[in-house]
Amino acid sequence: MKYMILIYNDATKEPAFGTPEFDAMMGDYFAANEKMKADDVLRGGEGLQGIDTATSLRITGGKVETMDGPFAETREYLGGYYVIEVDDLDKALEYAALIPSAKFGTIEVRPLMNFDPAG
Amino acid sequence: MTSAPQTIAATKALTQVMRDDRGRLLAALVRALGTFQRAEDALQDASIQALKHWGRNGVPNSPQGWLLQVAKRKAIDVIRKETSAENTAKSIAVLQEDASAEGEIDTMQTIPDERLRLIFTCCHPAIEWKSRVALTLRTICGLTTKMIANAFLDTEKTMGQRISRAKSQIAAKGIPFVVPEVDQWDARLDTVLATHYLIFTTGYAREDDLGETLCSEAIYLTRLLKTLRADDPEIEGALALMLLTHARRNARIGADGTAVSPADQDTSKWDRRAVAEGQALLQTAMSRRKPGPFQIKGAISDCHMAEDGPDWAQIALLYQALWRYEPTPVVALNWAVVAAEMGQPAEALTKLEGLADALKGYQPFHAARAKVLAQLDQKPAARQAFDQAMAMADNEADRRFLALQKAKLE
Repeated sequence: MKYMILIYNDATKEPAFGTPEFDAMMGDYFAANEKMKADDVLRGGEGLQGIDTATSLRITGGKVETMDGPFAETREYLGGYYVIEVDDLDKALEYAALIPSAKFGTIEVRPLMNFDPAG
Repeated sequence: MTSAPQTIAATKALTQVMRDDRGRLLAALVRALGTFQRAEDALQDASIQALKHWGRNGVPNSPQGWLLQVAKRKAIDVIRKETSAENTAKSIAVLQEDASAEGEIDTMQTIPDERLRLIFTCCHPAIEWKSRVALTLRTICGLTTKMIANAFLDTEKTMGQRISRAKSQIAAKGIPFVVPEVDQWDARLDTVLATHYLIFTTGYAREDDLGETLCSEAIYLTRLLKTLRADDPEIEGALALMLLTHARRNARIGADGTAVSPADQDTSKWDRRAVAEGQALLQTAMSRRKPGPFQIKGAISDCHMAEDGPDWAQIALLYQALWRYEPTPVVALNWAVVAAEMGQPAEALTKLEGLADALKGYQPFHAARAKVLAQLDQKPAARQAFDQAMAMADNEADRRFLALQKAKLE
């Protein structure tokens, strides 16, 4: 099964750039990436730019409404994702637990529908 | 032709098998068919067939094996009609191989016991806690949806929807039908035991037959777990805790309908066999030298039943040990109560006040606080706390008990 691992972060709880804690976190990310690659489960992933770069839109009464900012006003925002392919949820959770942001934020794991429009 | 006695015999045999072996059959079918829904539907279909066939031809030598074989054949028919994925062909092949081994109907000895997988899947942490309880009671214990709904004070319809949603979630989320690996075992077992214990406490809070049923089912489940995985001290500890608590069921409410604390109970009403079994289990568990929260809670329950009254000093030490595993406000509350019992009500009150925010919605907090305030002779505050505790009590016996304590203030 394919799973998307969504990383929700509170930027204020994350270690600051330039601190040893930040370096340790990046090291853990690197290790998680290498492990997923070595196990041949990694199918994709990215980090997202900060929420100050987010633009949202919705269509109301046939008109496109564009808004500055992310979808919902919460403390934890989607900061990045992985797509992995594994046998079951237990395996997916094992990889999710390798992601260092689990210590500062929340990692959500959801199965994909296998409906890739990009083919 | 089907005669009436044969029909009755078939019905009786089927009822018996479904009561004793439903969980076992269902577990084997989930393993073979891959989903809960398919397994349940297939077993249901097979039961209907059984009534017809057994009524006509007599009950087979291995009713369980017969049901399993027919269930698998029914499932093949259903899967064939589903015009979906390629793996349908694969799953049919696997099934056919299994179901067409003619003349070799499985017996209870040869049907693989997959119940450990079933227990862990029903209590997977990715399933919401209430659904874990409902799935466990439905699939392993075979309780009706109506009974489970009553236990939760839900309607049958709501509970039915909850159970079927949980079953489809297992498939949709990709929750595997496996026994957890060694590195996951402790955490996953804890979730299973917590679910069983929740069934127990839900039953213990009720005074009716359903309450008794829930307690018995929780004990049955934990006993089953112990059979399937011998030598695990936490399973033994959880079973001991339930047995020791359940042993006091008939003594916990006095003749006038007032709740009685263990120290004041008529011990002749305790179930001595359950006490002996619980104590022996605790001994065995502790001899394995791998302590855990359920063993500690079992030991606390045992100390409450000591011949010369509760051994508070020992209980205080046990709460200190439990705190390492469960640093929760509820454990802190119980620990504070012990301090009050050991003649330190002022310290206990300070501790309790610190928990007020976390536990203001928890009835035992108000009951404990009332008792400590009474001990300190702070009458108006105690009265208020008793009223609060009585208003939040969920049964009449506890309310009477509190009213009695409050009356003693005057």
